[in-house]
Amino acid sequence: MDSTISPHPISHQPESWWRYLSFSVDHKVIGLQYLVTGFFFYLVGGVLAGMIRTELATPISDFLSHEAYNEVLTMHGTVMIFLWIVPVVNGAFGNYLVPFYVGARDMAFPRLNAVAFWMIPPAGLLLIGSYFIGGASQSGWTAYPPLSLTTPATGQLVWIFSVLLLGGSSILGGINFIATILKLRRPGLKLMQLPMYCWAMLGTSILVVLSTPVLAGTLIMLAFDIVAHTGFFSPALGGNAVVYQHLFWFYSHPAVYIMVLPAFGLVSEILPVHARKPLFGYTTMVYSILAIVFLGLIVWAHHMFTSGTPPWMRLFFTIATSFIAVPTGIKFFNWLATLWGGKIAINSAMLFACAFIVNFVLGGITGVALAQVPFDIHVHDTYFVVAHFHYIVYGGTVFVIFSSVYHWYPKFTGRMLNEPLGTLHFLLTFIGFNLCFGPQHWLGINGMPRRVSEYDPQFTLMNQLSSVGALLMAISTLPFLFNVFYSAFRGEVSGDNPWRALTPEWLTSSPPPVENWEGPAPHVEHPYGYGMVDPA
Amino acid sequence: MSVRLAFSIALLSIVLVLAGLWVGENVDLLPLQASINAPVYDELFQVLFSIGTMLFLGVTGLLIYAMVRFRRSAGDLGDGAAIEGNLPLEIVWTAIPAVVVLFVGLYSYNIYERMGGMVPLNDHGSMHAMAAMEENDSDRVWAGIGSAPGLTPAVSVDVTAMQFAFIFRYPDRNIISGELHVPEGQLVQLNMQANDVIHAFWVPQFRLKQDIIPGQPTVLSFTANRPGTYPIVCAELCGLYHGAMHTSIVVHGREAYEQWLTDNTPAPVTA
Repeated sequence: MDSTISPHPISHQPESWWRYLSFSVDHKVIGLQYLVTGFFFYLVGGVLAGMIRTELATPISDFLSHEAYNEVLTMHGTVMIFLWIVPVVNGAFGNYLVPFYVGARDMAFPRLNAVAFWMIPPAGLLLIGSYFIGGASQSGWTAYPPLSLTTPATGQLVWIFSVLLLGGSSILGGINFIATILKLRRPGLKLMQLPMYCWAMLGTSILVVLSTPVLAGTLIMLAFDIVAHTGFFSPALGGNAVVYQHLFWFYSHPAVYIMVLPAFGLVSEILPVHARKPLFGYTTMVYSILAIVFLGLIVWAHHMFTSGTPPWMRLFFTIATSFIAVPTGIKFFNWLATLWGGKIAINSAMLFACAFIVNFVLGGITGVALAQVPFDIHVHDTYFVVAHFHYIVYGGTVFVIFSSVYHWYPKFTGRMLNEPLGTLHFLLTFIGFNLCFGPQHWLGINGMPRRVSEYDPQFTLMNQLSSVGALLMAISTLPFLFNVFYSAFRGEVSGDNPWRALTPEWLTSSPPPVENWEGPAPHVEHPYGYGMVDPA
Repeated sequence: MSVRLAFSIALLSIVLVLAGLWVGENVDLLPLQASINAPVYDELFQVLFSIGTMLFLGVTGLLIYAMVRFRRSAGDLGDGAAIEGNLPLEIVWTAIPAVVVLFVGLYSYNIYERMGGMVPLNDHGSMHAMAAMEENDSDRVWAGIGSAPGLTPAVSVDVTAMQFAFIFRYPDRNIISGELHVPEGQLVQLNMQANDVIHAFWVPQFRLKQDIIPGQPTVLSFTANRPGTYPIVCAELCGLYHGAMHTSIVVHGREAYEQWLTDNTPAPVTA
């Protein structure tokens, strides 16, 4: 395709800020729509988390009713996964960056792209709204039957419908990314010249397209069980509750990689720029992404080691899961090697990216431990697992999202974020996060199950430490929010390429024009050519 | 590679390994051990904790060192060395996690065997009724999911999990109890079933957990070896009062257990 031809014929697009509220087909507008919407839901999910940590500040159930507590924990998980992390790390940065990286003027299917985004706000409002129409879902984000068949049906059905919408949005997005990366590359641009985030998005989108339909099918069956008493998953009607778990985790384990692989991609963009060094081991990085995609599809039953899975299955899933540590380990060593011998700028983007490495390594170590059946049997469904996955999705992905905002904010707005406020945001987040989730490892090992609103008084101190950490995390959003609004108007003007970066999104004005480049798209053969290419 | 570099790498590795071993040996995060299963579990925990500490300290140390050592000085607009990769190095750090993972996998398989984990499940007429496993080494710790082939449990208790309680029936003695009482040092078999939704039976001091899934009667075997009272916790979200679904397991000395049985056996109903 001739990249100088606009892929979308729609010309009457609003030009003012109003375009961010419109059915815009500009990938950059859609990217920012995803980002801002996602951040709104991060605040919603954060308030819910705050309610959980307030309840758990005391060993007795005294802040929320039991019903409200189960609603809150269900909504917290669902909102954070489906409305914050997945849409932001895929939809927001994917839409903004992938067309630049392949040298295109927009995504392959711009209207589909807008449709995919506009499915999210109604789904989110529906989910939150369910609280006011007879109560939200109470069965956890996993919605295991038979519990999900016996809790109030309205909330559960709205939850199913909302997750189906969000899953649908995700599938449409995935198809669009695959088509864009494979078919819309600028002439002459080879796959092995693409920035690493493109590879991460390609791998992630393959996972989305292969696994999300399984979740959709499963939830439709669950809905039939609720409204028509079909009994697929209801033992009382001859169904099998474990089948649901297999189908659910066939999506929801890959979902972890859907949340984490794009973060790996973003970090691979950020580290070379601020360390002024090429990304170390490009080829092994690409292969390790592909290996993670493949392995990610065959490890789901490690969530079910206590569900009566047969021994051979446990062994298989232990081995497959442990081996994910190999490609993941390669990536971490390659990032360290990227930093080694560089000229590292210590700024907010870099602090969050480096903290991601620390947090994720810890989450990865507990992950390999959890993959071992005998280890898992003791700590499964405890606060140890809660700690583990928050180290992965918060310590990992959310730290990368913040790092990315500091890194690409000048691209989005043409202005820099304030650095001292960024450092404050980082310190509060890093300390708060580790204080919140570190003690939870001990809680789980010593006997506190997850998803409870009351606990043995011997766990009070650790829970209170954890709640203080959560409070710090809540406070940490204030300097960030202030910074984002203040800098949009008063921030230092950044110029087009404040980081002197070599990836293609920086080789145009900041913010970029509607079709990304005034002239033809540049051919970037060495997106990480620091020390080799003169940053013109 | 210069001698000095090789020497520092070797020295750092030794320090890391020692630190990991020390932490594994001396930092005790685990609750009491009250079953013969628990020391086996703790051995695995300790090894994983040691390896994890080495990796975590190693990676974090390298990262912090790099950030300090290679920090850009103000006004320096130059680039770092244009090194795009190094195949031998990349092979080394593919090998490190691969070796660690292989070791951990083999080791945890061994632990799993010792816990009796490869025993076929004795649930819902499982199709994997691969005859009883032949091995009968006496040092094997029969604790875990499924019944212990070749060994007759000294005590067999029927467990019913329901929203929001566990009910224990001693069929031989006609006892129904809200607490589980077992003798010390004897094999106990729980025949578990759930009435309504999925529950999980967890005794942290035994390092033992098993989901109880409606429609799938499940057997759990263990041998407690330390008299005392320990919590039984439901670990699977089971509804509104999930957090309140817990009871106790009381491990008695043998005589005290017989006494408890005698005291609690209901008098035969006289016509």
